[in-house]
Amino acid sequence: MSTQNILEKHAPERHNILMILHDLQDHHPQNYLTEEALEATARYLKLTKASVYGVAGYYTMFSLKPRGRHIIRVCVSAVCELKKSESVIAHLESTLGIKTGQTTPCGLFTLELSECIGQCHEAPSMMIGQAVYNNLDAERIREVIESIRNQG
Amino acid sequence: MIKETRIVLKNIGKINPESIDDYIAAGGYKGLRKALSMDPLSIIDEMTEAGLRGRGGAGFSTGMKKKFTSQGCLECPQRYVVVNADEGEPGTFKDRVIMEQDPHLYIEGTIIAGYSIQATKGFIYIRAEYYASIDKTRKAIKAAYEKGFLGSNILGSGFDFDLEIKLGAGSYLCGEELTMLESLEGKRGNPRIKPPFPAEKGVFGMPTLVNNVETLANVPHIVLNGKDWYRQFGTERSPGTKVFTISGQVRLPGHYEIGLGVTLRQLIDDLAGGMLPGKTFKAALLGGAAGTFVDASMLDEKMTYDNLREKGATLGSGAVIVLAEGDSVYDVLLNCLRFFRHESCGKCVPCRVGTSLLVRETENLKNVAAGKALLDRMVRESEIMAATSLCPLGQSPILPLESAARYFESELVSG
Repeated sequence: MSTQNILEKHAPERHNILMILHDLQDHHPQNYLTEEALEATARYLKLTKASVYGVAGYYTMFSLKPRGRHIIRVCVSAVCELKKSESVIAHLESTLGIKTGQTTPCGLFTLELSECIGQCHEAPSMMIGQAVYNNLDAERIREVIESIRNQG
Repeated sequence: MIKETRIVLKNIGKINPESIDDYIAAGGYKGLRKALSMDPLSIIDEMTEAGLRGRGGAGFSTGMKKKFTSQGCLECPQRYVVVNADEGEPGTFKDRVIMEQDPHLYIEGTIIAGYSIQATKGFIYIRAEYYASIDKTRKAIKAAYEKGFLGSNILGSGFDFDLEIKLGAGSYLCGEELTMLESLEGKRGNPRIKPPFPAEKGVFGMPTLVNNVETLANVPHIVLNGKDWYRQFGTERSPGTKVFTISGQVRLPGHYEIGLGVTLRQLIDDLAGGMLPGKTFKAALLGGAAGTFVDASMLDEKMTYDNLREKGATLGSGAVIVLAEGDSVYDVLLNCLRFFRHESCGKCVPCRVGTSLLVRETENLKNVAAGKALLDRMVRESEIMAATSLCPLGQSPILPLESAARYFESELVSG
């Protein structure tokens, strides 16, 4: 879907900007907002580029840099930390061969951290894309990553 | 041995959340039918007399909030309802459970709230990470339109109400009601100066009622069954039930609904199955990061808004994070303070600087000889932040910090 087609799904009103930015980012194979997308949004909403950039830069779910096809978000909030989220991060880093904040060279995964994702009863938890994974241990992490790798 | 009293969680696990017919068969939308036959003001009076208090954390009277909004800016052409579904307080997942498993309940409550203040439009502001909540809510709204519970001339009453989902994008601060309004308008999530309160000047400058998901989920039940029925649960000043989300070192972590006035010991032992085998209770963090630590001396205190406040604790969102002997209060406190540093928007200098400073000082606490003096200084700094920040974020670090210092000073300073 072209940038223009995505924009036109939403009324050209400022209050739709977060919905538009989500839509643009979700449709980009590298999960980010390109400069071209931000400029097109500014034109569409009749806002300055600076104010669109200001909004995109404020909210942590938006990325202004290319990322992997699948965004892994490891919850590092209090309960998950209590349930050893640091070993979840360590397992992911070694399985993927990258550090937190990086993208795998194949472009499949980006490893990020997240505040509470509301899965505290089954901590430690992470999200990959839209899916939630709970009660994580080394084996479960390896299974999940392998199954996504096999799907490509 | 106490048991749960389920009002807002009544249908959880019993109906298909994607079937409006299931919801109707379980008594759903009866509250709306009754409300539409009532005078809007009498619905507000019913809420006030039922004593329902905001379940997002602040505990303000829902009825009073509605009354102020219905009377705010009478010359304004439009009024709005905003549903605060931006659940992000660490340890809290009550709204997610309602949205994922019984979305029609809070949608029904929202329509009734709209009618009671004569609003014709509502926004549900859901955090974007809650994909399942968004999906279930979207389907429920569509089904409600098809059945004539949303749209124009609802059930032939002449009342029109539209409902639209808006997504957040990863900002905890946007769960604060004035900041949420900024975000809804398409701006950066910086808080507004108040007054004016949303009841007078909310989203797009119009009077706006901002209510939490759990609060709204109570509304259909109160309309249908009345204030006296509602007041049989809970206590005189904290009526009704509350959904607690219990996590940490307990056998059965999860969501539990029970009348306010329950004790922490009952929550842990009777509902959450007690401590994990081999674990002994050490502390609980009540209300999440913007909450307070308690130790075992508080286990038998009644969990109500007022009693906990009098004892220097908070009920907040209903999060109960249970720590055992061997767990580090210091680590959990540092986690909370890092969270505030990450989420501070930077608008107010005391919060922007203070949230960073508190993290650095906490990291140093164990390395300095005069740990006690540093801890006292940190508490004073958090008091200054609370007094000089615009919104609850800068006002929150004092809660876990001061309570941790009160109960666990020796652990914090000696390492």
